[in-house]
Amino acid sequence: MSNKITLMQGNEACVQGALYAGYRFYAGYPITPSTEIAELSATELPKVGGKFIQMEDEIGGIAAAIGASIAGTKSMTATSGPGFSLKQENIGYAAMAQIPLVIVNVMRGGPSTGLPTQSAQADIMQAKYGSHGDYPMIALSPMSVRETFDLTVRCFNLAEKYRTPVMLMTDEVIGHLRERVVVPEPGELEIINRTTSEAGVLRPRPYEKQPGEIVPAMSVFGDGNRAHTTGLFYNETGFPSNSTDNAKIMLERIFNKVYDNVDDIVQVEEFELDDAEIAFVTFGSTSRVVKAAVKALRAEGIKAGMLRAITIWPSPEKQIRELAQKVDHIIVAEQNMGQYVREVQRIVEGQARVQHYGRGNGDLIKPQELVALVKEVEHGTK
Amino acid sequence: MEPSKLIQEYFRDANLPHIWCPGCSHGIVTRAITKAIDELGMDKDNTVIVSGIGCSSRAPGYMAFNTVHTTHGRAIAFATGIKMSKPELDVIVITGDGDASAIGGNHLIHAARRNIDLTVIVFNNNIYGMTGGQYSPTTPTDAFGTTAPYGNIDQPFDILKLAEGAGATYTARGTAYHTKQLISYISKAIKHKGFSIVDAISVCPTYYGRRNKSGSGVQMMVWLKDNYVDVKVYDKLPEEKRAGKFVYGEFYEQERPEYTAEYQKIIDRLRGEV
Amino acid sequence: MSDQKQLVLKREWCKGCGICVAFCPTKVLIMDTDYKCTIANIDACIKCGLCELRCPDYAIYLKEAQDEQ
Repeated sequence: MSNKITLMQGNEACVQGALYAGYRFYAGYPITPSTEIAELSATELPKVGGKFIQMEDEIGGIAAAIGASIAGTKSMTATSGPGFSLKQENIGYAAMAQIPLVIVNVMRGGPSTGLPTQSAQADIMQAKYGSHGDYPMIALSPMSVRETFDLTVRCFNLAEKYRTPVMLMTDEVIGHLRERVVVPEPGELEIINRTTSEAGVLRPRPYEKQPGEIVPAMSVFGDGNRAHTTGLFYNETGFPSNSTDNAKIMLERIFNKVYDNVDDIVQVEEFELDDAEIAFVTFGSTSRVVKAAVKALRAEGIKAGMLRAITIWPSPEKQIRELAQKVDHIIVAEQNMGQYVREVQRIVEGQARVQHYGRGNGDLIKPQELVALVKEVEHGTK
Repeated sequence: MEPSKLIQEYFRDANLPHIWCPGCSHGIVTRAITKAIDELGMDKDNTVIVSGIGCSSRAPGYMAFNTVHTTHGRAIAFATGIKMSKPELDVIVITGDGDASAIGGNHLIHAARRNIDLTVIVFNNNIYGMTGGQYSPTTPTDAFGTTAPYGNIDQPFDILKLAEGAGATYTARGTAYHTKQLISYISKAIKHKGFSIVDAISVCPTYYGRRNKSGSGVQMMVWLKDNYVDVKVYDKLPEEKRAGKFVYGEFYEQERPEYTAEYQKIIDRLRGEV
Repeated sequence: MSDQKQLVLKREWCKGCGICVAFCPTKVLIMDTDYKCTIANIDACIKCGLCELRCPDYAIYLKEAQDEQ
């Protein structure tokens, strides 16, 4: 078996990964730096019998994508910057109505129109908390082009497995990076398809979990299930309920399907952590910089290491807590003014010193900055 | 006592009675849709009803089809995704005047422009009822709303002219009083291949009626009877008799390439070449 | 055929709007003291179905004879 080896862009890897996962519907609106995902989807989807539509706005883009998923089709939408803000209401809808969907955010500098062509990692908190109300979010962040492929596949798998929207939080650097990619063969990566209701069966309680199910099987339009979907709190019948007791149950179900399965959902990369005395916590494109810095520091005999959150939401609490037991000092490196550092501080609870390093102006962090920072920490000057 | 055969067949009668106020005509329009579906002999399993937010948009919860109650203004966009991904489904959108032409106006005009095969039924009661009577894009000038306490200075939309201008290929207006005609327009709209829209004039005695001293649901229905004229009659009326009259009827019908069919041609062409 | 139809009132669904009463062409229906529709003069009913067509609450309808089966 010989895998196809090709030079691929990050945004292209996202589309190829989506197609590998069985993606058949895209709806979106052009926005830099995510546009290539729409362009390539427009080219490739009809070749496999899938559908692409450029909608009139970002809101219509996610709405149509959710619609297609409700109808039974694996769907994705992609955006950046302001578009991510515009999509927030319907992200909450997908979470509430329990609709699988992949949302790609190729992050750029903000706020507002910001820096459309410069990279950032400043939508991290928005990914988790952007829509109103309480809901869980699953968000993955790739550090390479090949990993963009793999994590896009994983986003679809998690979306279908847990009946929930899942985000691929990439950025301008990874989205526009071109790298050598060994393309997985069909069958090489696991593909999870939706569990669907038995055709022709009207279920009085379509949101009642059956034994062995993580989430209730989804109805398929046209198959005779004739279920109801709503963004209101609903009970097991699928119809609206104003009962606060019911809202408590449904909210807990929406949360627990994610938080009871953190070990399945959360992935991290540990690099040089075995004997580390100082550690970086990072994610996405910044991990590449951190890795280079750790190597440089190790070459000078400084025991630095890196914990990379591949799954950024839910956050790798267990791994970060263990790290705090092991090292005295954690530097959270991220391309923003200080976001994920707050999550790390929350988890660490003072067990180690936690420090932020980053900026939001589009200038990438350089390895030598991190090397210098660690040396200052070592000398007690920072 | 059991409900009628029509209600038993096309409604989730366990969810009835519905939430709408006494005299609200949304129930009449909802039944009219199921009556049209019944007359057309449509397959319930193959029919999808999509709504947005507002009084009108609670209708799908009572209707025994594949139903989706979406977010405010976005019903047509959700429906576009459903129809694109499965063109074999018959997709009907239920929306209100605010849902369709204010917050959802962009989706309305662009779905019309594409001529995608959706049927949009606007439950047009000239007011935001669910939130308690604020003026909408179809509230007449000088009418009152809780947010127009000194009279409305906005000019209202003619939703059908808006849709026709944007590219809709079937437009008609019915009223809750002229129910038989309304059913026939809904039926034609569903059968029509392309973007069709029916402006279904409904009355809101609670929030529009009280503030505008329009009287009860009955009195508002009488007003529909007295003031709405069939467009075919209206066209023959002398100018002086047209003043103050409103028109119902079929306004526009045309054949034009339908969006999902055009997309399928691309798929067929590409797959033929591969 | 129309003689075989029976006028049925599902009184518990009636919200008392009075639309069926107002538009009944032969004055078959009245509002009772509970402000609900009542069939007061069934002999006058011409089985036109206008009440069913315009009842917003699906509380009154013409039942076909074959519905009994």
